[in-house]
Amino acid sequence: MLQTGSLIRDLSVRELVAMMAALYPEPLAIEEVLELTGTAEFAGQRTQKLSGGQTQRVRAAVALVSNPELLVLDEPTVALDVEGRQAFWHTMREFAARGKTIMFATHYLEEADAYADRAVLMAHGRVVADGPTNELKAMVGSRTLRATLPGVELPALAALPGVSAADRRGEAILLTCADSDAAIRALLAAYPQARDIEINAAGLEQAFLALTGEPDGAAA
Amino acid sequence: MSAGISLTYLRYELLRTFRNRRFFILSLVFPLVLYLLIAGSTRNEHNLGGTGISAPVYFMVGMASWGTMTAMLSCGARIAAERAVGWNRQLRITPLSPRAYFRAKVLTGYAMAILSLAVLYVAGAALGASLTAGEWLKMTFLILVGLVPFAALGIALGHVLTPDSIGPALGGGVALLAFLGGTWFPITSGFFFHLGQYLPSWWLVQASHVALGGHSWPAKAWIVMAVWTALLSLLAARAYTRDTGRV
Repeated sequence: MLQTGSLIRDLSVRELVAMMAALYPEPLAIEEVLELTGTAEFAGQRTQKLSGGQTQRVRAAVALVSNPELLVLDEPTVALDVEGRQAFWHTMREFAARGKTIMFATHYLEEADAYADRAVLMAHGRVVADGPTNELKAMVGSRTLRATLPGVELPALAALPGVSAADRRGEAILLTCADSDAAIRALLAAYPQARDIEINAAGLEQAFLALTGEPDGAAA
Repeated sequence: MSAGISLTYLRYELLRTFRNRRFFILSLVFPLVLYLLIAGSTRNEHNLGGTGISAPVYFMVGMASWGTMTAMLSCGARIAAERAVGWNRQLRITPLSPRAYFRAKVLTGYAMAILSLAVLYVAGAALGASLTAGEWLKMTFLILVGLVPFAALGIALGHVLTPDSIGPALGGGVALLAFLGGTWFPITSGFFFHLGQYLPSWWLVQASHVALGGHSWPAKAWIVMAVWTALLSLLAARAYTRDTGRV
């Protein structure tokens, strides 16, 4: 599936998918692909009258109808809005659930985090980590503790046991913790007024930065 | 790829082509309207410009050569449009072979050309063009053969020009070839008469000579067609290779 480019004109979406299906020995059923890619609702429209998001979905349909064992996607969601992106990944998960392999490259690490079973992180052309996303995040080990706690000095928070860095976002504090269990106990003992507490594992993005040692977040 | 698969592909290719309004205007409506205008006023001319051919027959074939040339060359316009949106790259990652791709394009061009011919034959018959069944068939055969170099030219131009430039290029090119071929009036002597003999469009128009009986295409016609076909096919193959090499 290609990232750029448009569609040929003067065919309906359904006809275009059927035309491409005809080229493959074991294509998926046309209606099934239209359902799966969310193109069924505008399947009767001519290809030259689609929006950018719709075009991208048709492109996905054209790729899926060939019923590939391995689907390679290069930044597939670049042109999509939030809804389009959600719908696209939903489609891909459904397709993967049929026992197919999907490999995609992305600069949006949240996407890899949320939708990939396995991630390979690359920096400067070299693989820096390879494994299930939760394992990669566990490698970093740190968690983020967030709480509403106005009027407390950051150096005092940073000195709490288990805390490696402290930061502030308005009334909220943000503690990066090497040991979040020790940190939460110490925090509540010292500041019982802390509320709205959240503890999150580091995202893939933090893991990437930690693994590549690039504080500014150079491209994946 | 089995025949069934390429037939489905071809069916959609045809559907796409016939839905294109430009095709109807350029290769069906224009030649028909001009034919009715020109041959309508000269319909009683039985020996047009000393050719021995009646005006309705001569102009029928003349306009048919224009319409069918346009039909074949517009293969190129469609290839250029597909290249512009990156569709050729999309197709290259499918099992569709380049050979099958071009076959579909050429067959589509022929389907359009035959439609254009049919429309002009009906108009011609209405204006009094009368030929024997054998002559109709032979003339059709010669025109279809005469379109082969234009299929190659269309493919070559489709890989060299952009969708913006190919329209005017084809319009101008067809007009020039049609003029030199004698579409608008018979050219029977002088520089253009001698030049015309080396052009494929000339012999396309000369297919009307079936009305005179005998060999309507001399050996020279077959040689000119063969040489143009060979040259243009080579050009098309080179244009395709060069375009494909660039990702």
